[in-house]
Amino acid sequence: MNKTVTFRIWRGDATGGKFVDYTTEITEGLVVLDVVHKIQATQANDLACRWNCKAGKCGSCSAEVNGMPKLMCMTRMDTLDISKPITIEPMRAFPSIRDLVTDVSWNFRVKTKIKKFKPRTPDAPDGSWRMQQEDVDRVQEFRKCIECFLCQDVCHVLRDHHKHEEFIGPRFLVYTAALEMHPLDTEDRLEELKQAHGIGFCNITKCCTKVCPEHITITDNAIIPLKERVVDEYYDPFGWLWKALRPKG
Amino acid sequence: MPYADTLPAQRKFGQTTRPDAWWIQPLLVFLGFSAFIVYSTWAGVQGTNYFLDAQGQDYLSPFYSPELWGRTGHSLFGATQPSWWPAFIKFSPAFLIMWIPAGFRFTCYYYRGAYYKAFWADPINCAVGEPRKTFLGERYFPLIIQNVHRYFLYLALIFIVLLSHDAWRGLWFTDATGKHFGVAVGSLVLIINAVLLASYTLGCHSLRHLVGGFLDSKSKAPTCAKAYSCVGCLNKRHMMYAWFSLFWVGFTDLYIRLCSLGIWHDVRLF
Repeated sequence: MNKTVTFRIWRGDATGGKFVDYTTEITEGLVVLDVVHKIQATQANDLACRWNCKAGKCGSCSAEVNGMPKLMCMTRMDTLDISKPITIEPMRAFPSIRDLVTDVSWNFRVKTKIKKFKPRTPDAPDGSWRMQQEDVDRVQEFRKCIECFLCQDVCHVLRDHHKHEEFIGPRFLVYTAALEMHPLDTEDRLEELKQAHGIGFCNITKCCTKVCPEHITITDNAIIPLKERVVDEYYDPFGWLWKALRPKG
Repeated sequence: MPYADTLPAQRKFGQTTRPDAWWIQPLLVFLGFSAFIVYSTWAGVQGTNYFLDAQGQDYLSPFYSPELWGRTGHSLFGATQPSWWPAFIKFSPAFLIMWIPAGFRFTCYYYRGAYYKAFWADPINCAVGEPRKTFLGERYFPLIIQNVHRYFLYLALIFIVLLSHDAWRGLWFTDATGKHFGVAVGSLVLIINAVLLASYTLGCHSLRHLVGGFLDSKSKAPTCAKAYSCVGCLNKRHMMYAWFSLFWVGFTDLYIRLCSLGIWHDVRLF
């Protein structure tokens, strides 16, 4: 059965904007992105919205639905309370371009600042390496990231405190964890983590974990283990002593 | 133009487009932690009614264990307060040890996230406006001290042994003919307390790192890999054990206190 629902969509650009109400009918099985497309086709032809795969894998349609960062293509209408207007607005941690579209290029600039993968000398004469599955299990979780940047958006360090120059955000802490914990990698990123990448800004609110559409346990499995490695290196005198005295080999 | 100037302005405290009751969770956490802090401080200051031996039991409140100086059979160094204790400050055996579990919980990764939200509103909940414009995180004093967590962990691990020993002593009852094994409701309360505290402590993020998380190739250290897996299993439910153990340690003290005052009566099961 069709139902009439009001959508309160942000219309504007970098100079400002406002919420505009659109009322439309929805049918069973729709996701928020479907409704945005319907409004775009029937009521607001100039409504800007970024999307691509419609399958929760490209990370393009990130927005805030009823105040929480979500992929519009993965937010089913039957999970929302349609008795009240449904709010759709762009991510707040990035500059607005127009309507629901934001400029996420800051993220790509941040990624270039992280030290690249530096594998050890190959294990075999043909230039290949040998790894055990259990050694890569941990980092494979981090490889699920689709770079939708919802975690960056919900992180209050970026969203509210605008620490973009001092903090790389949860997405790139996950990226760093994937490199730092890789069994072949030999690079040391701890000094950057502590200083330029600002891991100390994270105060473990776990909002990034809550919004991740790939269900990556960002805080517990990536950020806290990296914080512990920083503690090993900079804040643990017993650890330094143990490293100096333990048998090598 | 600075990048921050291109971003939407920071929202005011509590401002959000979330229609759900986002304030309930931080409110419940605030009330739960506050209730525990008030009760445990009050119980620690009392210095009395923390031991039960009325019917041959040997129950010691976890807020007072280990009893370094005190008047019960658990006292390690003597039956009075330490000689160096300032005369103008009331002595309670709890003062000497309560800072250890308190420090462990205060610096715990789960509790940090929870009380930053509930007590400091930083943020009060996800995607909800904050009261302050400045933010230092855990990079600078005082919160940089949170990095001491693993040292509190080392001490908390000793407490697991001590509280398990207390639970064991809670299974022995003295009468005119000597000591006999038995189980009373209080014995079960002490055992559950030790189990919950162990489940919380052994699921610590720092412990997970120290037993194997620091390694990139765990296949070369199978013992570390197994330990990492075991701690990781408890770590997945760290929040649950944090709450259960917090509630139960307070209840254990309350049970012994009320039995000691004669308000409740410890029932011997066998």
